[in-house]
Amino acid sequence: MADWLEAVKERLGDSVLEDLEFRGEYTLVLDKSSLPEALEVLRREFGFDCLVDLCGVDMGVDQEPRFYVVYHLRNMVTRAQLRVKVGLRDGEGIPTACSVWPGANWMEREAYDMFGIEFEGHPDLTRLYLADDFPGHPLRKDYPTEGYDFEE
Amino acid sequence: MGVKRTPIKEVEIPRLVTPEEAVEEVTPEELEMLEKGGVLLTTLNKMVNWARKWSIWPCTFGLACCAIEMMATAASHYDMARFGAEVFRPSPRQADLLIVAGTLTKKMAPVLKRVYDQMPEPKWVIAMGACAIGGGIYRSYAVVQGVDKLIPVDYYVPGCPPRPEALLQAVLMLQKHIEEEPFNNKI
Repeated sequence: MADWLEAVKERLGDSVLEDLEFRGEYTLVLDKSSLPEALEVLRREFGFDCLVDLCGVDMGVDQEPRFYVVYHLRNMVTRAQLRVKVGLRDGEGIPTACSVWPGANWMEREAYDMFGIEFEGHPDLTRLYLADDFPGHPLRKDYPTEGYDFEE
Repeated sequence: MGVKRTPIKEVEIPRLVTPEEAVEEVTPEELEMLEKGGVLLTTLNKMVNWARKWSIWPCTFGLACCAIEMMATAASHYDMARFGAEVFRPSPRQADLLIVAGTLTKKMAPVLKRVYDQMPEPKWVIAMGACAIGGGIYRSYAVVQGVDKLIPVDYYVPGCPPRPEALLQAVLMLQKHIEEEPFNNKI
């Protein structure tokens, strides 16, 4: 395990619920209550200044936690990469990361559009891809593939 | 030497058909004189339709990969200019033909409807490709299952995407259609 990861885990302390390593990729599962301070720490103290991607995951209707918000981070100097996951129950919100990485703005709108995850404190949480009057959030596991109004 | 070009045949250009009622009023002698003087007699319907069918200006409305084939149709190899339809207008106000080339998503649907409504008469629509005809492979929440749910379609071009010849065929069929319809249907 990389030295910097040990330092990250030590700095974040109890907010790290789980750490995984798979083929040289590091993943930290963080507690939701530590956000957005933990992300701020990752950026300011550990140099993860590039938010490569932010996505939502639906694990299944009966799973606990049902949703994950996944942050893919990159240190542009050391080229270290880190994946941060935060679990959410259905209907639960998560603090926005826009204050840490401004680029998170549209990515969070996408996750909201597709999964209905509420990002608290987001400056403009509206749909990104779909029409404003679109019913439902299509990447949820309980959403019918053809939509609700297919035969109309 | 080498391959010779086949001689160009002398084609007899048929005189535009004289309407029956005009023949009754004009005597054969007068008619002969008119033709010698270079005057053609025709109906207004035929003349207007003739003008329309050789200048079908399409609207630039490419939505997906079909648009690439549409561009190929307009480019030099297939050369839609042979049929007077090469002037792709960026404004629907100047277009006669709407070629819906590609997948129509629900987010794009109001735009298509608006573009169609902005086109002045006469106007015709060709649905190009499987997606425009009936949604194609996209049996999905995001895709309109056929543009004829929104606007009237004159010709459907199947294929995924259709080859340029297929689109040209549709243009030719549309020309035939224009020739035969009463022009005052679309004013």
